[in-house]
Amino acid sequence: MKNNNSAKTQSEKKRSLSGILLSSPYLVWSVIFIVAPLFFVVYYAFTDRNGNFTFDNISKLGDYTGIFIHSIWIGLISTVICLVIAYPMAYIMARSGARRQKTLMMLVMLPMWMNLLIRTYSWMTLLQDTGIINNLISAIGLPRIHMIDTSFAVVVGMVYNFFPYMILPIYSVMSKIDNNLVEAAQDLGCNKLNVFRKVLFPLSLPGVVSGITMVFVPSVSTFYIAGKLGGPSNLLIGDVVETQFKASNNYNLGSAISLVLMVLILICMAVMNKFADDDTNMIV
Amino acid sequence: MSNVLLQLKNVSVRFDDDQILKSINLDICDKEFVTLLGPSGCGKTTTLRIIGGFVEPDSGEVLFDGKNLLDVPSHKRAVNTIFQKYALFPHLNVYENVAFGLRVKKTPEDVVKKTVKEMLSMVNLKGFERRNISTLSGGQQQRVAIARALAVNPRVLLLDEPLGALDLKLRKDMQVELKNIQKRMGITFIYVTHDQEEALSMSDTVVVMNQGVIQQVGSPEDIYNEPVNAFVADFIGESNILDGVMLEDYKASFSGHVFDCLDKGFDKNEAVDIVVRPEDVDVVEPEKGMLCGTVSSVTFKGVHFEIIVDINGFKWMIQTTDYSPVGANIGLYIEPDAIHVMKKSEYSGAYGDYSSFSDEIDKLSELNDGES
Repeated sequence: MKNNNSAKTQSEKKRSLSGILLSSPYLVWSVIFIVAPLFFVVYYAFTDRNGNFTFDNISKLGDYTGIFIHSIWIGLISTVICLVIAYPMAYIMARSGARRQKTLMMLVMLPMWMNLLIRTYSWMTLLQDTGIINNLISAIGLPRIHMIDTSFAVVVGMVYNFFPYMILPIYSVMSKIDNNLVEAAQDLGCNKLNVFRKVLFPLSLPGVVSGITMVFVPSVSTFYIAGKLGGPSNLLIGDVVETQFKASNNYNLGSAISLVLMVLILICMAVMNKFADDDTNMIV
Repeated sequence: MSNVLLQLKNVSVRFDDDQILKSINLDICDKEFVTLLGPSGCGKTTTLRIIGGFVEPDSGEVLFDGKNLLDVPSHKRAVNTIFQKYALFPHLNVYENVAFGLRVKKTPEDVVKKTVKEMLSMVNLKGFERRNISTLSGGQQQRVAIARALAVNPRVLLLDEPLGALDLKLRKDMQVELKNIQKRMGITFIYVTHDQEEALSMSDTVVVMNQGVIQQVGSPEDIYNEPVNAFVADFIGESNILDGVMLEDYKASFSGHVFDCLDKGFDKNEAVDIVVRPEDVDVVEPEKGMLCGTVSSVTFKGVHFEIIVDINGFKWMIQTTDYSPVGANIGLYIEPDAIHVMKKSEYSGAYGDYSSFSDEIDKLSELNDGES
């Protein structure tokens, strides 16, 4: 016990050293896979094929304005649909018994155990003109519906794939809300609706914000889902980037599009966080 | 304490296989400070939650002002609660927390402003309006909770171990403050605690509970001086509880000696429990004492010494300002009014002997009292 002091400083030194050692894999990882790629994206975006500085790539982006808007629009719709389904479900999950919570959680997570490509392919077989859904519809005597290669199919694919990223943060915030707060609100005269409006909803907002972020960002920038389910008329900006890199071999234009997409997403997130902050500030 | 405001009639509650409350009957008067006192798991918090509307009893009636209260949902009851962990709204500042109940009732803004100001000055939190809840100390959060509950002008305030999380000094201050607030507001306080000192110092009426049954209802003096059974005698303060026989009115025999006492109305030679409080025993020379024994331990407590004396194998606790060394032979002198005689009960023999006494055990059981 008497050596405690010196032992402590020693162990603190050790801890800071081991801290650096432990974090070094992540530092190396983030330099190689985050910082360096970002640097190359910026580099390619402002150079031509010969490596000379140019704004041509950026000015060419005007041709893609329609696709940009379409991508953001699809991303928005998918995010809103995810939110509308996930919020009540998260609420129900958070308010039910421990065993039921586990089961529901399992059901939410289950699709994530499968590969994204396989999930998207299965939606193709479901939505095709001669797919499972249409076969069922025609079996009961109704006309077949054209679903594959439409924006609808893209949104379905996005909602299906990104839904867990919406429900998990909302659920985890909601399940941590102290039940005493609900009782306190009732005690002070709130009926069920007011308890939700004045206590549960404002307290669940941080989960909603992170859920929206986690769904909106990938659904704006994803490339595979739209390509498979949306067909050529529903190309999203992510697919254009993919084509530039793989088919056209135009790294410079691809990088420019990526860069602008990144900036647009950052602006969207900043605006939304601002709104969320204002909201809580207004209540406070 | 005349007009009854709240009545519990034959209230029983069962959670799964646990009978929490066994047919409780209790009348609470208007403007009264009532304390529900008992060890953890005795059903005091459940009783409070029934009145607050958070637990529905399996059977029995609760009347408020003569009207059935059980049909009224909690948000419409003229009853407000101070929760054990305060339950302040973390997304609101101090002002909005206090204003919460008023806003729900769509009170005009100027009234809200005036009331919040009044409440905050009553709990000594002027100037804290814009503060964030998380920046407040436990005592300050406690005050906000009190202001929030009182802002909606309840007839009854329910307090569930509100001072449990505060340190001793602050707790003592808050006890006085709560008592003052209750007097000033002129409303009924129903206070739940396992701290008998708190109960005795604040209450008009103390309700002692154990195992879902009300043991005794009375003023703090009654409860302390005239406990009905060994449980109450032991739970409230320290006491030596002995087997005795009531020879006739005003004559009790215990520890091999016949004592004069002030109790009567027992059968001739009825077996009874005798309570003698440690501070009521005088230490005298062995030859002058009614009883004699050997000191087996002495603890200095600041105000007094706590002496454990072995008399014919029964260990007495005595609190005295005179020091006696361990091993000394001392005499005990007991005045007639220091002797309290109780009917035998299911608790007879379970309490009141200090042979296994240790402070540590007391502290451990206090720690375990973190009942919700």
